[in-house]
Amino acid sequence: MTNPKGRFGIHGGQYIPETLMNAVNELEEAYNFYKNDEGFNRELKDLFNNYAGRPSRLYYAEKMTRDLGGAKIYLKREDLNHTGAHKINNVLGQALLAKKMGKTRLIAETGAGQHGVATATAAALMGMECVVFMGEEDTKRQALNVYRMKLLGSEVVPVKSGTATLKDAVSEAMREWTSRIADTHYCLGSVMGPHPFPTIVRDFQAVISKEIKEQILEKEGRLPDAVLACVGGGSNAIGTFYHFIEDSSVRLIGCEAAGRGIDTFETAATISTGRLGIFHGMKSYFCQDEFGQIAPVYSISAGLDYPGIGPEHAYLHDSGRAEYVAITDDEAVNAFEYLSRTEGIIPAIESAHAVAHAIKLAPTMDKDKIMVVTISGRGDKDCAAIARYRGVEIYE
Amino acid sequence: MSKIRNAFKNGKAFIPFFTCGDPDLETTAECVREAVANGADLIELGIPFSDPTAEGPVIQGANIRALKGGVNTNRIFDLVRELRKDIDVPMVFMTYANVVYSYGAERFISVCQEIGIDGLVLPDIPYEEKEEFLPLCRKYGVDLISFIAPTSENRIAMIAKEAEGFIYIVSSLGVTGTRSEITTDLDKIVKVVRENTDVPCAIGFGISTPEQAAKMAATADGVIIGSAIIKIIEKYGHDAPKHIAGYVSEIKCAITDK
Repeated sequence: MTNPKGRFGIHGGQYIPETLMNAVNELEEAYNFYKNDEGFNRELKDLFNNYAGRPSRLYYAEKMTRDLGGAKIYLKREDLNHTGAHKINNVLGQALLAKKMGKTRLIAETGAGQHGVATATAAALMGMECVVFMGEEDTKRQALNVYRMKLLGSEVVPVKSGTATLKDAVSEAMREWTSRIADTHYCLGSVMGPHPFPTIVRDFQAVISKEIKEQILEKEGRLPDAVLACVGGGSNAIGTFYHFIEDSSVRLIGCEAAGRGIDTFETAATISTGRLGIFHGMKSYFCQDEFGQIAPVYSISAGLDYPGIGPEHAYLHDSGRAEYVAITDDEAVNAFEYLSRTEGIIPAIESAHAVAHAIKLAPTMDKDKIMVVTISGRGDKDCAAIARYRGVEIYE
Repeated sequence: MSKIRNAFKNGKAFIPFFTCGDPDLETTAECVREAVANGADLIELGIPFSDPTAEGPVIQGANIRALKGGVNTNRIFDLVRELRKDIDVPMVFMTYANVVYSYGAERFISVCQEIGIDGLVLPDIPYEEKEEFLPLCRKYGVDLISFIAPTSENRIAMIAKEAEGFIYIVSSLGVTGTRSEITTDLDKIVKVVRENTDVPCAIGFGISTPEQAAKMAATADGVIIGSAIIKIIEKYGHDAPKHIAGYVSEIKCAITDK
């Protein structure tokens, strides 16, 4: 689906400073070599299985299914991975690749802190130096994750520029990479940025849909009717979709963060409110004003609080293969509480956006239909923020 | 041949950079006039962008101040129309791809021709993506400026061969901003450029002092200074134009006959 310049339809590309061109070319070359290298794949699989705890469970949410009274709901438990989210899949792949390339230092951006924690973890495991850029606003929303990264031996740089959230952390990580390339790999956390990142990250996350397919065939003897995942940049969603793209009977549904609503300025729903643009190395959809200034987006979820979407999602939207829906803060918080009460699973507030849509969709589907909802991460990190949202002050 | 060549006809060229609208468009206009009166050969006008990923803190600050002041692309086009009444030296826009793309690339680039903008400097458009804007730039006679960086190595010849207007050589790794020392082997880069094109090359990023400017001018055909100028504007605000006059004159003097 990608051409040599990393295009997904008209989206993607390599819109980056000349200073970084040889770095991304070198990365592409190394990736093209190692992705087919038996030794590399063996090592990665070993890390996936014995370190990250893969395969992750596909859990039949029986109570939720009964309560909603429609489609049979399965949860893909990426929250059970080591470090508590799907981010570890991509990070182990990239860190191993970086190591093979002779890099000794990882840098990363992080929103909710899950990707930062995963990168710090991989760096600790592989004996690499690690610096994580995190919007100052997010360091406050996700203070526990800042501590975890430091505990793992990483440096955390609070980013004060712009809106002091995820987009600014990406900008700052890119700036850092232009100043130090030789020993440093930029471990980008989502299916975004310049080629080859959207492809590399997708390939490492595609393990999610590969497993779903095997697991659902084993449990149900057939493919699901719909798969759902939340979308910020879109890495857990593309991982959830990838091996179903060719199966046209499977609906692919991405759940964006509408924040306070897509008719307000306080939203991060890119497909619903953005338009075509070029930013952070890629052509895709972005929330922006009429002069192309990137909009200060908002979501209760620090991990979905990003003004763009990965280029492959933009393409899946254009082609109509995938559907994208917008979920408000309120709906996500209700879903966060609902899944906790109903199944005893506290999802990340990001993942709760997908759960919220499942709550709407399942009752509209027949009982013989099957849906899979990816729980991309665990919600422990969000408890304090959700408590505040409900007017309860708790101290971590 | 584009008008940009004219900038390199009076010895080594000095190219000062201004972020339009920092602190306001009137001050930008006065600074440009003072710069031209004191020897600037080509003016690089920055259209501010919300998320300037190639800039260090100084120019980031200028972008934020300008946008907060309500500057937008249309008002900057008006500024250039006004300047073109009495300013004859070549002028180029420096901005980010999305500012051009989102405006409608053809609409943006045709206005450039209409108001007398001679080139476009877009740090997030590398060689591989130049087809995004190059056909339109050709159509409207606006040079799309190419960058060469310390990391370009095997790419230098390829980029130089197709360059137009002037080549923007990035002095060192990292983002814009003044540096105490520039250690890249720029002579080597310029040598490869010269073997592949007669398009003039100017060095930018990190230059602030007359001594640094003189050293860069001895290597290349011109010198670009941004952050050091923005610092003067940040410090003096509406009084900046007269300080810009002195600074430009000092730099021009330092690079003349190098």
